[in-house]
Amino acid sequence: MGSKRPARRQFLKSGAALAGGFTFGAAAPAIGQTHHSPPMIKEGKDQIAYGDRSPHVTSVRIAHGGRPSPDNWGLTFHVATPLQDSVGVITPSSLHYMGTTRGSFLPDIDPREHRLMIHGLVDRPLTFTIDDLKRLPSVTRLHFIECAGNRSSRRAKNVQETHGMTSCAEWTGVLLSTLLKECGLKSGASWFVAEGAEEVKGASSMPIAKAMDDCILAYGMNGEAVRPQNGFPLRLMVPGFEGIFHTKWLRRIKVVDRYYMNYNDYGHLDRDPKVAALDYQIGPKSVITFPSAGQQLPGKGFYELSGLAWSGGGAIKLVEVSTDGGRRWNKAEIKGTAQRMAHARFGYMWNWDGQETELQSRCTDELGQVQPSRAQIAKYWNRPFDATFSVPGLDNSIQPWKIAGDGSVTNGFA
Amino acid sequence: MASLKVLALALLMGASVLAQSPTRLRADASSGQAYGVGRTPTAEEIRAWDISIGPTGEELPPGRGTVREGAALYRSTGCAGCHGATAIDGKAPILKSKAPPNVDVWARGRILPLRAPFATTVWDYINRAMPLNREGTLTPDQVYSLTAYLLFINDVIREDEVLDATTLPKVKMPIGNDYALLPEWKPRTHRLKGYPH
Repeated sequence: MGSKRPARRQFLKSGAALAGGFTFGAAAPAIGQTHHSPPMIKEGKDQIAYGDRSPHVTSVRIAHGGRPSPDNWGLTFHVATPLQDSVGVITPSSLHYMGTTRGSFLPDIDPREHRLMIHGLVDRPLTFTIDDLKRLPSVTRLHFIECAGNRSSRRAKNVQETHGMTSCAEWTGVLLSTLLKECGLKSGASWFVAEGAEEVKGASSMPIAKAMDDCILAYGMNGEAVRPQNGFPLRLMVPGFEGIFHTKWLRRIKVVDRYYMNYNDYGHLDRDPKVAALDYQIGPKSVITFPSAGQQLPGKGFYELSGLAWSGGGAIKLVEVSTDGGRRWNKAEIKGTAQRMAHARFGYMWNWDGQETELQSRCTDELGQVQPSRAQIAKYWNRPFDATFSVPGLDNSIQPWKIAGDGSVTNGFA
Repeated sequence: MASLKVLALALLMGASVLAQSPTRLRADASSGQAYGVGRTPTAEEIRAWDISIGPTGEELPPGRGTVREGAALYRSTGCAGCHGATAIDGKAPILKSKAPPNVDVWARGRILPLRAPFATTVWDYINRAMPLNREGTLTPDQVYSLTAYLLFINDVIREDEVLDATTLPKVKMPIGNDYALLPEWKPRTHRLKGYPH
């Protein structure tokens, strides 16, 4: 401290001399910053109209699963969210993950021209404009979406690669049940097919019971219109079901009396009914996003471990964290009120002693479903838990992060 | 005072009208609609929009196709350009199994004209999604023929079979019933009965 005093005095002198035409020379240290103005961000009309993030914030999505987006044909395939940089529970729309079955071009849809048709086993087929839909009672809810391919592997280098195919946003729209009541369901109506307007016209079969429970036709996302990458002007939200069901650019709903075996349905088939069930409604799942693989702890001491927990079964009721490789589990704090089928942010104050260890998190949802370790899953299936074991259905297993003595963090499956 | 009481009563009555359930405020009680928003499409509009072909094939249009015509169309409509002349040598997904027919169908790859439980799914997908950038330009006859060709090269149908709205839904796919049906879904229940995770 003593050595800095002369420098401070010198700075104060020069600062007085330069009052008005402020320059911050190499001789002046960072002390006395109240007199210092940072450089300016040059803003054009575009930034005034629609703001940018700081140039120092560089967190971006990455192509997932080895296939580039856009690919050779200009199709978007799978793109993962940078969960390692996430705070709170809302994924910014620009960073929301994307997934398509065949790959898709991004359709440029004029919302004034767009129509939703509901037909099939209904008393009154109806078509709606977006403005029609906005006249009807709306709901605004937080919901996550997760891709069936969101699976950790030993090769994954960070949480974006292990878990980045899930995101959470605030969605606004009309309940599908409201529209189906307008149309009137005929007897025998047991499934519905939802279809997008993109060039591939992706379509999936879903149970009418889900439509009448909580599906949303969403035109709003995070306080503005749904982004084109997320289905502008209208997308179907199927809370807690695998991502493929959340039909983007929604143009048509056909009420039918059987599973319709669309291309997406066929691609989703399993041989074992148990695996099929586990590839449908998403199980309880959580991951620590800080510290996570690829990050570095500067030294021992207190850190708030932070992460996300979610379940297709409802709201998260409990999150536990282990800082000793799963021997002891400690209750984490859920930030705010956990919502149904939404990411919940959790935190846990950890005093790192500087020793090598392993961090894990696990969650329990409102149904009492508990996130399992891979060893527990292997035990259920009566299979040996070794390098060849692959989690059947959507992988909701506990993710271990290894903390080395030097503070580096790596994937515990590696 | 009396007039104030009347006013208060009127306000209360007004509030009770506003608080009525939507079913009491039906735009048109006879239609069953609560809000009366939206427009009734014509039968013609529904036919034009409805490209879903379900397992029964009830929506299939008239027309017919053969393996021979399909083989020619596979080259002339551009399929071969992306999927390869032999259907296994292109940049787009392969359309023919590399494994012989005696191998278990689940081990022969996720190939639509082989793994699909219904041939109608093959017709539906070619019709809605192919060729890339020219979706919806194939005629029903062309789609029947291309479906026939892809089923033939995967040993699902014979070379002389003709596909139309009657024969296509009857094609026996190699998978038979050997695939899982989804469980009946109910809200607020475990994703798999008896599974704690």
